[in-house]
Amino acid sequence: MADLVSHPDEVKIVSKRFGKGATGIDRYLELDGYKAVQKALGMQADAIINEVKNSGLRGRGGAGFNTGIKWSFVPKQSAKPKYVLCNGDESEPGTCKDRLIFEHDPHAVIEGVVIAGIAVGSHTGYIYIRGEYRYLSNIMQQAIKDAYARGFLGKNIFGSGYDFDVYWHGGAGAYEVGEESALMESLEGKRGIPRIRPPFPAVVGLWGGPTVINNAETLASVPHVILGGAEWYASLGPAKNGGTRLFCLSGHLNRPGVYELPMGYNLKKMIHEVGGGIPDGRNLKAVVPGGSSTPVLTADEIDVAMDFDSMMKAGSMLGSGGVVVLDETTCIVKFALRTIKFYQHESCGWCIPCREGTDWLKKTLTRFHAGGGLKKDIDNMYYLSENMLGRTFCPLGDAAAMPTMAFIKKFRKEFEDHLEGRPCPFEKEGAVEQLAVLSH
Amino acid sequence: MRFSDQFESRFSEMLTHYPTKRSVLVPTLLYAQDEVGHLSAELIAELAQRLDLTELEVRNVISYYSMLTTKPRGKYNLQVCTNISCMLRGAEEIFDRCRQRLDIAHKGTTADGLFSLEEVECIGACSWAPAVQVNYEFHENLTPEKMDRVLDEYKNRGMQ
Repeated sequence: MADLVSHPDEVKIVSKRFGKGATGIDRYLELDGYKAVQKALGMQADAIINEVKNSGLRGRGGAGFNTGIKWSFVPKQSAKPKYVLCNGDESEPGTCKDRLIFEHDPHAVIEGVVIAGIAVGSHTGYIYIRGEYRYLSNIMQQAIKDAYARGFLGKNIFGSGYDFDVYWHGGAGAYEVGEESALMESLEGKRGIPRIRPPFPAVVGLWGGPTVINNAETLASVPHVILGGAEWYASLGPAKNGGTRLFCLSGHLNRPGVYELPMGYNLKKMIHEVGGGIPDGRNLKAVVPGGSSTPVLTADEIDVAMDFDSMMKAGSMLGSGGVVVLDETTCIVKFALRTIKFYQHESCGWCIPCREGTDWLKKTLTRFHAGGGLKKDIDNMYYLSENMLGRTFCPLGDAAAMPTMAFIKKFRKEFEDHLEGRPCPFEKEGAVEQLAVLSH
Repeated sequence: MRFSDQFESRFSEMLTHYPTKRSVLVPTLLYAQDEVGHLSAELIAELAQRLDLTELEVRNVISYYSMLTTKPRGKYNLQVCTNISCMLRGAEEIFDRCRQRLDIAHKGTTADGLFSLEEVECIGACSWAPAVQVNYEFHENLTPEKMDRVLDEYKNRGMQ
């Protein structure tokens, strides 16, 4: 069970039931649970979609696409059944927020899935949870069972005449499956290899039927949007970036933890006030602002609003809300190497630029960090990354290339400090050899 | 091949959740592995037959997912996350401590079959780093000393 934290600047919406026993269905009902779905059952489908669209709720998995607009792509008429798929395959390094939602508020996810279903005219939803989160799968399975027992799921939900089934589904260890088309492949019992798009899942998804796929935090936010209204939700954040977001603060901080802050919250404040600053009076070196795939920001670049558009302008991405803080003792080359080792390990091998690119980056960075780098390697790694960008079926290739390019561009001197057989300036003697032993 | 009653009831219920049989495959493989310890040839043949798949199709899926294994592991599988957030907070020391205490390397198993060790990718414990999963149990905010206590705890449990 992960520790909960709090800070006065927090605006608790998605996290408002955390630590309040809301896994129990009676307690959830006491805390306004299942009110939103009943309200939605009395609304026109288009009105639900418009409400979500106007709230400015954007995909919390990382892509940041407007949720209501995504729902509107699902065709009204379909010969094949339509599906709602909740993506709880959380595995972007630096991200640990969906875990808390499943642990403390599983019914909110179920409610969000049902509302999405009503909006797009679907009668079946799946909640996919990564295999490592076994205790959360147990919590979710129980929550679904409890909701069926009350008539909140199944035939004629809440006596409305509308049928809706929700099922749990589990993974077995694969980052790639967090990508929506790979997620569908995995749910269909296959290797998580991405699908070629178009057609997009909203038109051709699970078993060929139109499918809405949303992140768990996005779906857990939906009931609050329906109850509080689009105007209220939109007003919590800057234009086109409605609501709040769970930010996962990790790395070199005094008070790491998951905090719910309004969209657009200042990153510098987030690090120094909410996260309690850097331990032992050390200086900040860099921040990876939205999970390992987002381009790094230097200490001088953090006076920026944490919303999708501002982060894009700042040359990075809001991503999955995983804020990883690096102090001055961190070796950027080593950090880049660990990041790339991850993508190399997780690349499914389907697209050559990703499969070969991540492998070459890992090999070069390993050699580089061990003091065997050549000056031309720096430009080669940048050039290689540039050529991976946009040339794969899913964003995993981009996710490896973007941070690498940013590390090289912003910390070139640190790469140069490793040249000509010099051991890593940040490591104790002998430590680098150890790293080579650790490599996969 | 016999599984527990709980496995069988879950399996038959899950089959009703999807329009195709093979959709149950990934979670079923993990539940089956939890009972048997690893995905043996016998187990693969059994599930392939139940789901109208070839053994090759099942193996093809198994090889994709990092939690699935066709080789036996220790009773307690130590999964040490060394990804970025854990690395920044001392995950390498935790991994080294495990290696030294158990005298095994990455993907190794102790001679008594009690422990196996794995360096794994992000397990979603970034804000409580460094973290280790022992089978499905999370151990967070670790130090080498705390790691020693965790190892002792499982050792005692395993001896009982």
